[in-house]
Amino acid sequence: MALLQITEPGQAADPHDRKRAAGIDLGTTNSLIASVREGVAATLPDMEGRHMLPSVVRYTAEGPIIGAEALEQAALDPHNTIVSVKRLMGRGVEDVRSLGEQLPYRFSEESSGLARIETAAGVVSPIEVSAEILRSLVERASETLAGELDGVVITVPAYFDDAQRQATKDAAQLAGANVLRLLNEPTAAAIAYGLDTGDEGVIAIYDLGGGTFDVSVLRLRRGVFEVLATGGDSSLGGDDFDHAIAEWLIEESGFEGDLSAELQRALLMKARSAKEALTSAEQATISHSDADFKVDAELSRDAFNELISPLVDNTIRACRRSVRDAGVALEEIDNVVLVGGSTRVPLVVSKVADYFGAQPLNDIDPDKVVAVGAALQADVLVGNKPDEEMLLLDVLPLSLGLETMGGLSEKVIARNTPIPIAKAQEFTTYKDGQTAMLIHVVQGERELVDDCRSLARFELTGIPAMVAGAAKIEVTFRVDADGLLSVSARETSTGVEASVEVKPSYGLTDDEITQMLKSSFDHAADDAAQRSLAEARVEAGRVIEALGNALAEDGEALLPAQDIDMLQQAIKKLQERLSGDDTRAITEGTEMLGRASEEFASLRMDAAVRRALAGKQIADLDNEMSDNEV
Amino acid sequence: MGVNLTEKAAEHVVSYLESRGKGVGIRLAVKTTGCSGLMYVLEPVDEIQPEDLKFSSQGIDVFVDPKSLVYVDGTEMDYVKQGLNEGFEFKNPNVQGECGCGESFTV
Repeated sequence: MALLQITEPGQAADPHDRKRAAGIDLGTTNSLIASVREGVAATLPDMEGRHMLPSVVRYTAEGPIIGAEALEQAALDPHNTIVSVKRLMGRGVEDVRSLGEQLPYRFSEESSGLARIETAAGVVSPIEVSAEILRSLVERASETLAGELDGVVITVPAYFDDAQRQATKDAAQLAGANVLRLLNEPTAAAIAYGLDTGDEGVIAIYDLGGGTFDVSVLRLRRGVFEVLATGGDSSLGGDDFDHAIAEWLIEESGFEGDLSAELQRALLMKARSAKEALTSAEQATISHSDADFKVDAELSRDAFNELISPLVDNTIRACRRSVRDAGVALEEIDNVVLVGGSTRVPLVVSKVADYFGAQPLNDIDPDKVVAVGAALQADVLVGNKPDEEMLLLDVLPLSLGLETMGGLSEKVIARNTPIPIAKAQEFTTYKDGQTAMLIHVVQGERELVDDCRSLARFELTGIPAMVAGAAKIEVTFRVDADGLLSVSARETSTGVEASVEVKPSYGLTDDEITQMLKSSFDHAADDAAQRSLAEARVEAGRVIEALGNALAEDGEALLPAQDIDMLQQAIKKLQERLSGDDTRAITEGTEMLGRASEEFASLRMDAAVRRALAGKQIADLDNEMSDNEV
Repeated sequence: MGVNLTEKAAEHVVSYLESRGKGVGIRLAVKTTGCSGLMYVLEPVDEIQPEDLKFSSQGIDVFVDPKSLVYVDGTEMDYVKQGLNEGFEFKNPNVQGECGCGESFTV
């Protein structure tokens, strides 16, 4: 049995209707995937409990390695380990050449002018590299959510142009993900804080990552975000804070000369730990000692603030420029949202608050906030929150459904479901060659149609003649904000359609509704038994019908007279049991009849295959098969 | 009889209700559906309905309407992890069969 999650009242989806959606923050340095489970949007960890996937792919002859394992080997195998591929997305070879000086890759030019990278596993495009990262995240989500994803929302920087956006979509397609929408990163952050539910407003998003800084000014108008201005510095980030500390350390130690690459890396790691410690502590101790280099230093938060102050001031200047570009006054900005791990640094928070004159929003983990916003958006887009945007929240007093074979009521929309709502369910034909279907719309909680209230009947005609169970008839129940129910039925292969409109609560008083509910509780056990009985009868009827047809068609040709007689006796026996109300006897009878006719069924199958193959050459069969595929 | 929770299931319900910020307990209901008959629905309870039956297990109030109880009487709910996936698992003595995908069941 599949594992079950808790759902908000009235929101449980039918089996196979449950939609799995995720939001992906495809970042320059790290990527994350998040999803809404049990009403909460959260990032999904891997087996080791790691939420962030380093956006690093290492190509080896044996195949690609993705994430932390690839990052560990970046220094050993720089040509084949692709980092920061996001900077190359949708870029021509000319653009890349300017970046290429910072990147150790061997670029080759493609006829289309797009850059490609030569690796141990052949030439790869930035799109393929991104696809590997996406595939790894999508697989993680599929495992966590126990099924394929129906759709994803991927975030991109607000300044991405069409080529960069298209490249991101292509990467998703290559990874086998269905992209519901690309979402601007600042918009995702605003959604995570629920700022999209307001009517109007201006929002500033301050995003300071490891190696990049972005600031965006958004305007929300009637539920739509418009990007007014973007700015920033593509080579300023938290890593620069680490460098500032490391330089200070070298000065403190009095060391002169060139540092080895190894020592540089070690000092940067220590600087980084000190920076992280100073987020909550007032003081951090840094010590390092080996043959060439010895240092033992105390870094206070004030001293740290002094070191990074010029860097943070640079970000504030970029904010000022963006606000000016956006054409808004500082006082018009209602909210400021902090994104990116480096916004944990207290000096950043206080300088941002000083400039904007308001305390910025930073309750949600700044590393995860973009993915969380994307997940919320994906959940709505995939259809898990029907009509969430609409404010009117009335509920249906009684379930709405329709009559199925055996006089059973199949509930399509459950009671207490908020309206407006639309729900579709697929039904099929019961008899061979059936060309019409009577749709009987009923209301109530009881299992048998006779105990429910009949609302309307209409007929869908023009169904093409097919064997029982082959036609697909989609029946849609739609209740609008005024409580008006419209039911439409549509045969999906031909598109023939019929519909009816009713007002389900018409003429019902509160007392009557209560009475209908009460009777369904009083008769719960009866109803369950009645339902089983009706289902058993329907199944028996279906088997009798199918076997009767088959006997009339092929019986004499395939079976000796006494066998036909035996089967007809068995049918008669089951028909006798049908008039009784012993569910078990009917079910057993149906099973017996099924077993008795097994041999006949296999004889018919063989005969059908012989007929189909008679007088045909293998070549003809091949042709036919390819015809069928067209 | 009634409905019981394992310790793990109870822990998850507590943390769910805490993060949701409201709710007096959990509702286990059964819905009739297309594929193989019946499906479980698990929801937080904000308002107790007059017809609800209450079962207390591991400090959690579990509410079941009389119509659903016919199908779930004697059920034990557990909360399990399977790889990266996690969720509630039901040990329901009334169940006769499940549909192939394991999303619905019959009694």
